[in-house]
Amino acid sequence: MNQEPQQSSIFKVIGASSLGTLIEWYDFYIFGSLATIIGSQLFPADAGASALINTLAIFAAGFIVRPFGALVFGRLGDLIGRKYTFLLTLVLMGGSTFLIGLIPSYSSIGYAAPILVLILRLVQGLALGGEYGGAATYVAEHAPANKRGYFTSWIQTTATGGLFLSLGIIVLTKNILGAEAFADWGWRIPFLLSILLVGVSIYIRMKMHESPMFTKLKTEGKVSKNPLKDSFANKANFKMVLLALFGATMGQGVIWYTGQFYAQSFLENTCHVDFNDSRYILLWGIAFATPFFVIFGSWSDKVGRKWIMLTGMLLGVIFYRPIYQVFLDDTDVSKIEQKDIQEVGNPVITRTAVAGTADSLITTSSTVILLNGASFQKVQSHTQYADASKTPTVLPEVYKDKKLSTGVFWKFVGLIFFQILLVTMVYGPIAAFLVELFPTKIRYTSMSLPYHVGNGVFGGLVPFIATLIASFSGAMPLSGLWYPIGIAALSFIIGAIYLSNKKPDHSEAETESI
Amino acid sequence: MNGLKKALGLFWIILGPASIIFMFMQAIEKVGLAEEGVHKTNTALQWGIILFIFIPISAGLVIFGYYALKGEYDKLPED
Repeated sequence: MNQEPQQSSIFKVIGASSLGTLIEWYDFYIFGSLATIIGSQLFPADAGASALINTLAIFAAGFIVRPFGALVFGRLGDLIGRKYTFLLTLVLMGGSTFLIGLIPSYSSIGYAAPILVLILRLVQGLALGGEYGGAATYVAEHAPANKRGYFTSWIQTTATGGLFLSLGIIVLTKNILGAEAFADWGWRIPFLLSILLVGVSIYIRMKMHESPMFTKLKTEGKVSKNPLKDSFANKANFKMVLLALFGATMGQGVIWYTGQFYAQSFLENTCHVDFNDSRYILLWGIAFATPFFVIFGSWSDKVGRKWIMLTGMLLGVIFYRPIYQVFLDDTDVSKIEQKDIQEVGNPVITRTAVAGTADSLITTSSTVILLNGASFQKVQSHTQYADASKTPTVLPEVYKDKKLSTGVFWKFVGLIFFQILLVTMVYGPIAAFLVELFPTKIRYTSMSLPYHVGNGVFGGLVPFIATLIASFSGAMPLSGLWYPIGIAALSFIIGAIYLSNKKPDHSEAETESI
Repeated sequence: MNGLKKALGLFWIILGPASIIFMFMQAIEKVGLAEEGVHKTNTALQWGIILFIFIPISAGLVIFGYYALKGEYDKLPED
């Protein structure tokens, strides 16, 4: 067979699948990246009953329903085919994202605003749960067995690509409109933009054909009649679902979300690095590391998937704490000596009334510029009591909006790059690994569930659980890291002992059992 | 290696319920420590979500351990 048309045809398949998956990740992540603004626009300012909805919507809803989406759409994909199922998930994701951008604020429609957002966020989670497994399966079923790692690794770049795109569009929109207009209405633009991206992707996907393996199954009448039962009530298959979850996807999920989400949250909220600086650091790290998805995916075709993925987990276990300690040390401005300071700006004093009392909170804020180019805001606050006989309560000094010196900025880019490199090790080969674990007739269902429990639940909840742990009394800033470290270590042990490191047989053509 | 796989099966069976008990104890402690009102409601909700998600997963770990103990992973289909 002519090699060139085959290559060009597989790259058309990869391009069409990857574009849609990238857009779905983009849609999923803009919500997370804009959570604070969405919270202020669509939820009431005071807490109360809405706090329940707020917490559910922002922290967990989208992640929790991903495994359910995997079951619903996985089943559909194994019954009616891959092409139409992941076309449906794309429409659902694009439609719900676009609608989030149109929802009136809380001040216009009251509690209907957060409820509608919650519903649309659930639809987003369901759609994403169905999308990834379909795209990975679709590409893998077009690829020759000895190049599955290489071809499916392109699909693996889309999650990071989607995050990159979402951060890029948010930063760009904010810089063009200005912070005030962006917070007021400009945040809707990234959501509305999604409809254009999805429209293009639907047009491309409509032209695609069904996967050859699924078509063969259908022709031979071997399609599963009950994929859920065949996947989870069949011991031989269910034991592999559990192995995939505990030995691979669980560890992969925490490495993914620590390197790309928790890192940004830690820089912004714990180290108080400036909004733009923390996003630029991540953007550079992603840009440098993304090619390694393909490099490790391709390498896994030669040496096997297992040890590449497990090495990524082990390096995370070993290096997370030292890396985050550097983040803390290099942004600690409390020990800066007078000789390092170039200029201290004029202090800006603001007085805020303390609710329910006649007392005031006096805040003095001044910009400090250092000789090495770094700068930060030094904020001192004290409560002034209406009763003049009471001594003012002085609050601890706070340093925020830290802009890093060039040297520290690039050092942080390097550390983020290293973390995303670990992501590429665990994530690059995993689509091929999951596809190879399960037979064609129940593949979509079987691989989607462990992937979305591992990536969506264990991984997606990293920022939430790590922040929760770090807030316990007596906890240190690095305490939150014990969650991803513990899960990655457990997954490494299970993977190392129970997984096999099958290398694709380069001598034979596709002889997979269906 | 097969002996180690089986022996660790027992460990996974114990780790499943142990992790659930640990999470329950943490939930009771943290909700108890939270200030009354919205803060307590939010803390209870957060821990409710964690328990809702991780209890079925811990049950899965017990089943995984049971399969390991029974030697189901001694020889995998792709070996």
